[in-house]
Amino acid sequence: MDRIPILKMGEFLLVTIQVDMHDRLALALQDDLTDRISRTGSRAVLIDISSLEIVDSFIGRMLSNIASMARVLDAETVVVGMRPAVAITLVELGLSLPGVRTALDVEKGMAQLRHALHGSTGAGAGGDADAGPAG
Amino acid sequence: MPTTGNVLTEILESQESSLLTDWLRDQHAGTARRGLISDRELEGQSREFLGLLRTAMMRGNNSMEVHQAAEWAPVRELLGAISRSRGQQGFSPSETATFVFSLKPSLFARIRERLGADPDRLFVTLRDTSELLDRLGLYTTEVYQQGREDVIMRQQQDMLELSTPVVKLWDGVLALPLIGTLDSARTQTVMESLLERIVETGAEVAIVDITGVPTVDTLVAQHLMKTVTAARLMGADCIISGIRPQIAQTIVHLGVALGDVTTKASLADAFALALQRRGLRVAPAAAARA
Repeated sequence: MDRIPILKMGEFLLVTIQVDMHDRLALALQDDLTDRISRTGSRAVLIDISSLEIVDSFIGRMLSNIASMARVLDAETVVVGMRPAVAITLVELGLSLPGVRTALDVEKGMAQLRHALHGSTGAGAGGDADAGPAG
Repeated sequence: MPTTGNVLTEILESQESSLLTDWLRDQHAGTARRGLISDRELEGQSREFLGLLRTAMMRGNNSMEVHQAAEWAPVRELLGAISRSRGQQGFSPSETATFVFSLKPSLFARIRERLGADPDRLFVTLRDTSELLDRLGLYTTEVYQQGREDVIMRQQQDMLELSTPVVKLWDGVLALPLIGTLDSARTQTVMESLLERIVETGAEVAIVDITGVPTVDTLVAQHLMKTVTAARLMGADCIISGIRPQIAQTIVHLGVALGDVTTKASLADAFALALQRRGLRVAPAAAARA
């Protein structure tokens, strides 16, 4: 069974979903990512879903959960590159990813994470999450 | 014993020209709007109608199924054409229906001449004839209404296409001026075109201007929220602008939850905020030179 690779880049964890997600892949990603965050103590996670074309209710919920879990582990999380169709589906499913930052592409997502981590008042899109005290 | 159909066919055959004259006289007397249609056109239509009516009566075996039967198809066609052309000439639907109804007096007079001696037959024939003409008259109204509905449908389609422009105000700033009521179908179109444009332009701020939305109820607000949330999921920030005083009142009275969406009174305010978020500002030209 293949897994979605999680790349460590400095203080960032980079997750790029390049294939269509199926249920077990999503569950594996959830395990791997939470594991990596706690092991490496990363403070920022970027999830790139620009290649993801189809979401169903389960994958939608998994995305929402994975992002929220990263937040709970005190890592700033940004989901980037969501496609219009996916965004509409998630909204119709009532999954609005509250508390999760979003950005149009990887570059903008990185910029947001840097902002959030290194002081300067976060001018993040829609993010209500200020970096809390280290946990 | 002759049936209603036979009697009518006979009258239409033997007295066609005098019937036409009487009918035309009644039509002239009945309608106050003679300017809308020429006498010649009216006479042509009337003559054709009588001719087709006779053919239908002869072939129809007294069938009164005016709306379905194949024998009546030519009559229906003519009435449809008349109804449509009169609709364009500016007649009201009741005036168009009167075209058919006004045949009654002259036709009834002739039936009476024929069957005056037999009250029972006279009654039955008059009843059937009246019913037939009523149906034909109502058919013109139906066609008229159908025509109107087609026009409305087409206009709705046009409006849907016309009313969802997404405009670029500045680098990274899009505006979506909404005009008209937001229903589910429209929200879908609006949402799709906004999201597409966000991807195309890489805009980080989208201003949804609702100056042209006449009312905001809970449903409309829900649709707005959906659009805003979808844009946020893609990484663009939404500002809702153009909230008129009455709408602000309605929103609060209805307890509509707009969540943590930024709202501004006017598009100008929203634009200023959008520029500020992008780290830009508008300054007077003189100050910039100094």
